[in-house]
Amino acid sequence: MTDLFFYLFATLTLGCAFGVVFSKNPVNAAMFLIMTFLGMASLFVLLEAYFLAVIQILVYAGAVVVLFLFIIMLLDVKEENKHRVKPLTWVASLIGFALLILGVVAITSSDNIKATSESLPEAAGASLKNFGYELFTTYQLPMQVTGFLLLIAMIGVIVLSKKVKTDS
Amino acid sequence: MTVGLEQYIAVSAALFAIGFFGVLRRKNTLVIYMCLELMLNACNLGLIAFSRYHGGMSGSVFVFFTITVAAAEVAVGLAIIVALFRKRQTVQVPDLNALKN
Repeated sequence: MTDLFFYLFATLTLGCAFGVVFSKNPVNAAMFLIMTFLGMASLFVLLEAYFLAVIQILVYAGAVVVLFLFIIMLLDVKEENKHRVKPLTWVASLIGFALLILGVVAITSSDNIKATSESLPEAAGASLKNFGYELFTTYQLPMQVTGFLLLIAMIGVIVLSKKVKTDS
Repeated sequence: MTVGLEQYIAVSAALFAIGFFGVLRRKNTLVIYMCLELMLNACNLGLIAFSRYHGGMSGSVFVFFTITVAAAEVAVGLAIIVALFRKRQTVQVPDLNALKN
């Protein structure tokens, strides 16, 4: 049953990712992006990372994609019919894609990736209590630094989007 | 075939490859940025899969930090794109050729 769900959500995620890459209209790409994030959150649930699945939906599908849609609306982006993709670009991107896929096949078919034991260990990331405990003990410093980073990002966005005053 | 670590890693890496393909192929800065997000998410999936099959917390906590940093990065990046649009009136990559020649 879990396997069936895995294949279902993996197909959804990968299919919608192709939709992001190939849709002409940026708004459609953003919609496909939401579906990709939902599929990925489902995969997180299958991996028993419930907290991260909720965070994924809240932050990515809720905040990031809405921000993208706002910017698309603000900029009134025209569809990119004006520029044709050069054959060289096509070849280069296909070669890059093929090389990455080749790497995946090489890694997954070798014996390097194996779970540490045959029986699945207990899912430590499943409980929110573990998360809170780790964040405020072991990872206390990164937590503080992340908070500072968010402050810097906020100030940076305000500075960037302020109208530049021109003297004279 | 039962689903194990390999299948999750394969999905993660395939997603990364799709995002990379999009970054190379698309001309619209916003869509390129969306594909970057796809690549970040692919890494998150790989980290969570490894964390689940390893049995520790560190992978999950790292994904937590990655999501936070990615959100901050999106805000700053989109502000940069808006500033770029104000200055050049375009977000198409071929038109942003100030450094060419």
